Amino acid sequence: MPFSISLTVNGVKRNVELDDPRVTLLDLLRERLDLPGTKKGCDRGQCGACTVLVNGRRVNSCLALAVAQDGADVLTIEGVARGEELHPVQAAFIARDGFQCGFCTPGQIMSAIGLIQEGQAGDDPERIREAMSGNLCRCSAYVGIVEAVLEAQKSLTDAGRRDAA
Amino acid sequence: MKTFDYIRPATIADAIAASSEPGAAYLASGTNLLDLMKVGVARPDRLVDISRLPGLDRIERLPDGGLRIGALVRNADLAHDPDFCRSYPAVAEALLSGASAQLRNAATVGGNLLQRTRCAYFSDPFSACNRREPGSGCDALEGENRLHAVLGWSPSCIAVHPSDFCVPLVALDAVVEIEGKRGRRELPLEALHRLPGDAPERETALEQGDLIAALRLPADATAFAKHARYLKLRERTSYAFAVVSAAAALDMKNGRIRQTRLALGGVAPKPWRAHAAEETLAGATPGEAAFKRAAEAALADAKPSGDNEFKIELARRIIVRALTLAAAGAPQRLPALPASPFSSVPGARHDA
Repeated sequence: MPFSISLTVNGVKRNVELDDPRVTLLDLLRERLDLPGTKKGCDRGQCGACTVLVNGRRVNSCLALAVAQDGADVLTIEGVARGEELHPVQAAFIARDGFQCGFCTPGQIMSAIGLIQEGQAGDDPERIREAMSGNLCRCSAYVGIVEAVLEAQKSLTDAGRRDAA
Repeated sequence: MKTFDYIRPATIADAIAASSEPGAAYLASGTNLLDLMKVGVARPDRLVDISRLPGLDRIERLPDGGLRIGALVRNADLAHDPDFCRSYPAVAEALLSGASAQLRNAATVGGNLLQRTRCAYFSDPFSACNRREPGSGCDALEGENRLHAVLGWSPSCIAVHPSDFCVPLVALDAVVEIEGKRGRRELPLEALHRLPGDAPERETALEQGDLIAALRLPADATAFAKHARYLKLRERTSYAFAVVSAAAALDMKNGRIRQTRLALGGVAPKPWRAHAAEETLAGATPGEAAFKRAAEAALADAKPSGDNEFKIELARRIIVRALTLAAAGAPQRLPALPASPFSSVPGARHDA
C-alpha cells in the first residue's frame, strides 16, 4: 500500500509517494530526494552522522520512519548556508579545524546547530562536550569541534544581539 | 527488515482496537523499536503510530500535588521542564545521563518505560535467547556476561533493564496509567516490569493492546526534592548504559533522615527498588556508617550470574556515594556531566 506524505525539506515543500513503509527519513533524504549530505554511518542511532533537524530539533534520521514524519519541517546540511555564505557553524568548523576526513561533519554541524538553539550548554566546554556526545568522530577532531561550537555560538549570539539592537 | 502495515489512528480507542491482535506494536518515536526491527529482533506485522494521539504530550500539575506526564512527552522536554527539575532533580539527572541529545529529543516517556534490554544476545537473532525466543536457551550464561544481572535473575535470563529514567521513578513510587480493552487502570511502576523466572519473554504486566497513556509522580515525591541524586557508573564518560547506577533520595529534618528512597539500575532485570535498605536508614544520622549498612542490606541477596561478581561490591559503593551526594543536597543546577562519578561535587569522595 503506497503512502503519500508531504515534508518541507530545506524550505521546499516535497510531496513523496512511499511504496514501502520501511524507508527511514535518512534513506528518503539520501536515496529519493537527492540529498546525500546527510551521512549513513552506523544506521543504529549510535554515531550521529545522520543528524538532521526535524521541526527545529536535532534527531537521528536513521531511527525515524519517513512515513511517520508526514508534515514535518526538515533541515539538512544542504539547507544551512545562504547561497555562497556559509552558516556560522560551517565557517567555525573550517576556522577551528573541526574535521579531518569529513564523514561525520554534516552530522556534527547539524548537531551543533541544534545544540546552540537548545541553549543549555552556555560557554562551558564540558557541557558542550557532553551535549555533542551523540556525534562520534573517528578522526578524533573533538578538540577542534568543541572550539568550533563555542566560536559559532558566540558569533550567533553576537549577531542576535545586533539584530535585536 | 520484515515489512509491516502502518496505521495512524486518531484516537486512543482506535489505537487500542488496531493493536488488539498479536503482531501489532505501538510506534511512538521508534528509537528502540526501529533499531530492533532493522536487525530482525522485533518483527511486528503492524505498526500503530501513536505519536499524534491527542492529549498525551502534556506535563500537568494535579490538584492533589502530584505530577502527570503524558506518555508522548519527549525525554528532553521533560528533563528541561523547570518545575519538573526543581521537584524531582534525580529524575531529571537520570534522564540527562541517558542516551544522546538527539535520542532524548525523540524518545518518549512511554517508550523509555518499555525499552528492551541491551543484552547483546537478545539483540542478535542468531544467538539463543529465552527472552526473544522462548525455550531457545541463553547464550549469555556462558558468554560475555560481565555486565549482566546480580539481582532478580533466573537461569533462563540474566539480562538487565537498561533504563536510567525508571530508576529514580521507581524510587519515588511513580504510577503508570494504562488504557486498554477494558478501560483505564493504573499500576505502580514497580509492578510494570516482571522478573524473568521461567518466562522471560513476558517482560511487563501489559497485555496485548494496552497503551501507556501517562506516568504519575505522587504528591509526596516532592518531599525528597532537596536531597535527591542519581549516580551512574559507565564504561565511558558519556553516552553509555549503566554498569551500575543508583537513585538516592532523602527526606531530612534537623540533621536526621525521616525517609529514604533507594533504587538501583544496571543490576537487575527491572529497575530495582531497595526497600530493605531504605528501612535501615529511618531515623539515622546521615553518614558513611549508616550508608554502608544500607548498602549491605540492598545487596544482601545478590549473586553473580557470570563473570560479574565485581558488580556487587561496585553497587554497594555506588549506593554509599549516591546517598552521600543526596545528603549533601541536590545541586541548584545539574553538573556538566549529569550523574557522572567524574563530576566534581564538593564533599563527595571519589573512592566511597
